[in-house]
Amino acid sequence: MEKGEVKKLVVIGGSAGSLEVLMGVLPKLRPNMDFPVIVVLHRKSADDNTLEELFAMKTAVPVMEIEDKTKLLNGYLYVVPADYHLLFEADGTLSLDASEKVHYSRPSIDVVFESAAMAFREGVVAILLSGSNSDGALGCVRVSENGGTVIVQDPDDAEMRYMPASAIDLLQPDLVIPGREIADVIIRI
Amino acid sequence: MIEDREIDWLINEVHEYYGYDFSGYSRASFRRRVDRLMEVDGFKQFEPFLSRVRSEPEYFKRMVEEITVNVTEMFRDPAFYKVLREKILPDLGTKPFIRIWHAGCSTGEEVYSMAIMLEEAKLLHKSLLYATDINPLVVESARKGIFPLRMMKDYSENYVASGGKDDFSGYYTANYGYAKFNSRFSEKMVFSQHNLVSDRSFNEFDLILCRNVLIYFDKDLQDHALSLFDESLSILGYLALGTKESIKFSSIQKKYQQLEKDKIWKKVK
Repeated sequence: MEKGEVKKLVVIGGSAGSLEVLMGVLPKLRPNMDFPVIVVLHRKSADDNTLEELFAMKTAVPVMEIEDKTKLLNGYLYVVPADYHLLFEADGTLSLDASEKVHYSRPSIDVVFESAAMAFREGVVAILLSGSNSDGALGCVRVSENGGTVIVQDPDDAEMRYMPASAIDLLQPDLVIPGREIADVIIRI
Repeated sequence: MIEDREIDWLINEVHEYYGYDFSGYSRASFRRRVDRLMEVDGFKQFEPFLSRVRSEPEYFKRMVEEITVNVTEMFRDPAFYKVLREKILPDLGTKPFIRIWHAGCSTGEEVYSMAIMLEEAKLLHKSLLYATDINPLVVESARKGIFPLRMMKDYSENYVASGGKDDFSGYYTANYGYAKFNSRFSEKMVFSQHNLVSDRSFNEFDLILCRNVLIYFDKDLQDHALSLFDESLSILGYLALGTKESIKFSSIQKKYQQLEKDKIWKKVK
């Protein structure tokens, strides 16, 4: 596993219609990536660790459960737990936050993207997938403002176009691509 | 977005002017709350905000209220309450008297949930529930036991999922959009303001619940709070934390035994 300080990271956000995309992306990811991947999906509050278990079956990348103050490590996949926002601390640990929902969502993609942008600046690659609300769009702007890279699933390719289209309304993403091309982009980082 | 040095500045000033020490709060969370407060109150610049905090104690109170998170539910995480109901309460029931501390009780939803379970286990008559929070406003609100009526459907579902078998609506009276819980519950509660950063242990308890509070602290302050809980727990007493919190890697860990996978630890030494 790639050791050392986390300098860059991939944050993938999505809602309705994004799980299918991820199921295509995850099997293509290789272990030993020199950055962590964090997945934040809108999910029902009571679904426990089923998403982690599902992902673990789909990828060779080790999946790490997030608890409060879990340390981010390169080469691992993290899934934001249901009913918490996720925040990035300057020391490379993760804080959980149970405060008000944002866009009716906890976790909120905006919150996670914005916090990643503040902590990792140009080291952030944010990927926004299919979904039917505007969560994530403002987060993409924050990532971009801080020098990070924004990739948005092509709304024409997304099962639910509203979420990626909302981001494209607010900013010019670095890439707008169909879901099937996302894995290749991550591999090339 | 507020800068790091501005956060340091705010923390220092608040400590100097009001004696509240936020330096051990999770920086990312503190930053987010301050950003949000400044936005809601229309501050585009940091310095006018800081100046208002400094010069108006009333506004500082508002800041404390907004910085501390007060999102809570009755029977939040029903699976957790089911464990309390089935494993912890029967054990506590063997004691002549049961003292429970809800640290960071917010508006009190969890305290009333506990009182309901104690009554159903026929233990309420010999129990005393202490409920504390840093925010005096929520403590006042918790004391009243009045919650929005529109939440009762969710709470009732949580209650059933936690193993509750009675009629949940029998525990409150509905009036003008509010649900007021029966005063036989609040009669067994003691409310007060308490700051986990600066205040000391004040009693000995058989069960301490502090759920989704430590997530807003950094590691050092978490350790400090856990030591405070340790000082306040009787031997063989229980400590219950939030579903994503842990005593792992803390200084008290070696004295405690975790109940299987649940976020409940028994003090064994």
